[in-house]
Amino acid sequence: MIVADRKPIEEIIEQVKDLRSVLVLGCNECVTVCEAGGKKEVGVLASALRMYFLQQGREVNVGERTLERQCDTEYLEEIRDSIDHYEAVVSLACGVGIQFTAERYPSKAVFPGVNTCFMGAALERGVWAERCQGCGSCILATTGAVCPVARCAKRLFNGPCGGSTAGKCEISKDVDCAWQLIVDRLKALGRLEDFETLCPIKDWSTDRAGGPRKVIREDLRS
Amino acid sequence: MSPKTPSKLEKILRAGHLAVTSECGPPRGSDASHIVHKAELIKQHVDAINITDNQTSVCRLCSLAACIRLKLMGLEPVLQMVVRDRNRVALQSDILGAASFDIHNLLCLSGDHQRFGDSAQGQNVFDLDSMQLLQTVRRMRDEGKFLGGDAIQRPPAMFVGAAANPFADPFEIRVPRLAKKVAAGAEFIQTQCIYNLDKFEQWMEMVRDRGLHEKIFILAGVTPLKSAGMARYMKSKVPGMDVPDDVVKRMAGTPKDKQAEEGITICVETIQRLKAVKGVAGFHVMAIEWEERVPEIVERAGLYPRPMLQ
Amino acid sequence: MRLNYPSSVRIIRVPCTGKVDVLHILRCFERGADGVYVVGCREGDCHYQSGNFRAKKRVEQAQQLLDRIGIGGQRVRMCNLSSSDAPLFVRFAEEMHAAVLAAGPNPIRAARAAQKKATASSGMGLHP
Repeated sequence: MIVADRKPIEEIIEQVKDLRSVLVLGCNECVTVCEAGGKKEVGVLASALRMYFLQQGREVNVGERTLERQCDTEYLEEIRDSIDHYEAVVSLACGVGIQFTAERYPSKAVFPGVNTCFMGAALERGVWAERCQGCGSCILATTGAVCPVARCAKRLFNGPCGGSTAGKCEISKDVDCAWQLIVDRLKALGRLEDFETLCPIKDWSTDRAGGPRKVIREDLRS
Repeated sequence: MSPKTPSKLEKILRAGHLAVTSECGPPRGSDASHIVHKAELIKQHVDAINITDNQTSVCRLCSLAACIRLKLMGLEPVLQMVVRDRNRVALQSDILGAASFDIHNLLCLSGDHQRFGDSAQGQNVFDLDSMQLLQTVRRMRDEGKFLGGDAIQRPPAMFVGAAANPFADPFEIRVPRLAKKVAAGAEFIQTQCIYNLDKFEQWMEMVRDRGLHEKIFILAGVTPLKSAGMARYMKSKVPGMDVPDDVVKRMAGTPKDKQAEEGITICVETIQRLKAVKGVAGFHVMAIEWEERVPEIVERAGLYPRPMLQ
Repeated sequence: MRLNYPSSVRIIRVPCTGKVDVLHILRCFERGADGVYVVGCREGDCHYQSGNFRAKKRVEQAQQLLDRIGIGGQRVRMCNLSSSDAPLFVRFAEEMHAAVLAAGPNPIRAARAAQKKATASSGMGLHP
């Protein structure tokens, strides 16, 4: 899922401090799962903002709403009428949802309440780790389903580098060496000889480098 | 096999001599006299001089400019290129830049992560990895083509190498990794500095078992220790470094004012032992900020004078 | 045991302190409470295994948030005792009472009062 983390409240306050009304808008999908922008987090942020404003001597209308997701127009339509009661929106959805909300309501300022970090999974409650960089041309079949683009700090395709130590990356003892993982996985699959196959030069045109991307499925269009 | 390039280093290796290379780190500024001075100190005692490329991600005068300066002094530079900072356009472009000054030696490296240097907030590139860079240079040289397929006007005649670390993890793939570099086109190797001679000889045996010593020239890396503190630091703080306990003990057991001399002696002994190892084609003496001792090391190790070629 | 404790304390019962969410704590302050303390079983004795550890973490979160918005994190704390320890219960109540007195009234209450006055006077149409 998309993993995000709450922004420090001081940053959010800086954006909304002069407003008279603001809607805190959550999302029921990824950000709920990583406990950064779901209904609960919306409630906590809204309560904190109300208290902040009261302390400043102002009564500010802080609304709370959590949509199923903010990356689909049908759910964003649900606030078509109520959004006019607010000067601005603090969206706790991922960067996609924040932008999509703003696209739906272009005359409404939409501020981010979270930092969107990466595509990853939960290792345990409270710990999420990156697994995918969305390079657009997946090579997991050749690496025993361990991604060198997302998990190698140098995204080497023919690793490891000389800094791999005891299965850890040179940048930190907390980061696994992706190529150690690949070697271990190939061994477990009985395919260690695949390690010597040279991985061809990557076509990065399907990655961010090629420009903002789209997926178009003609068979699904009406 | 006759040399494929005008590289002096290649000629010496193919003639069957033990080659000696060393390295210089460029200054953190634009005053090239620093590099010139270091090169002058060692030029009679080495066959080629590596110039490091923003090593440990610390911004320095670039390897290419320093190599050009050495070339203009009549010396033999080895251009080091990391893939951390440049994409394939810049890499190919810089290779042509080097070739336009008739620089004939290139070492292809990954590069330390920028977290270690003075630009931890910067981006990194890694468009190609070091093996793919090897393939690219060989294609430019042997087929006269850019990666994109177009023909190169006056292709670069580069003798191309890579680094190898016989001590890094995972140990089981250290020889397959060398085989991969050979397959990718590497013609010479400079290893990480060696203190654990037993482990190195073990690696060399596995290398010989696969016949790799006949496909690639392996230059054994050596670095003289300045102090017991340096030995301890390298043992515990430098990734991929193997410093055995008895080396640390030997340094620590020496009085402080004699430790530097002991370090030089250990370095000389290392070279002398490795000369006898089949498959070792030469030595890469890394004495960063201690270049003035390189001549002594080379002489005491019996590698002076350097062979003169036609 | 018929011990006395400060009448400023209002008790809200929960089956386990693990049920207390950060939001519940914040809402108390929003409504004008001067202090909130969460009283759970002794660490290691939680009837539901680790509910009191969760509560402790949430109390810490609430403390940080309240500090950052200017209410004051010292107004919320976590206490642990065994359910039969009445004297300790009283001591916690007295300590909390003292801490809240030291912190002063919740600034929200004064702010709300000022708000009410402002709307009331303008509503009466008395213009200076």
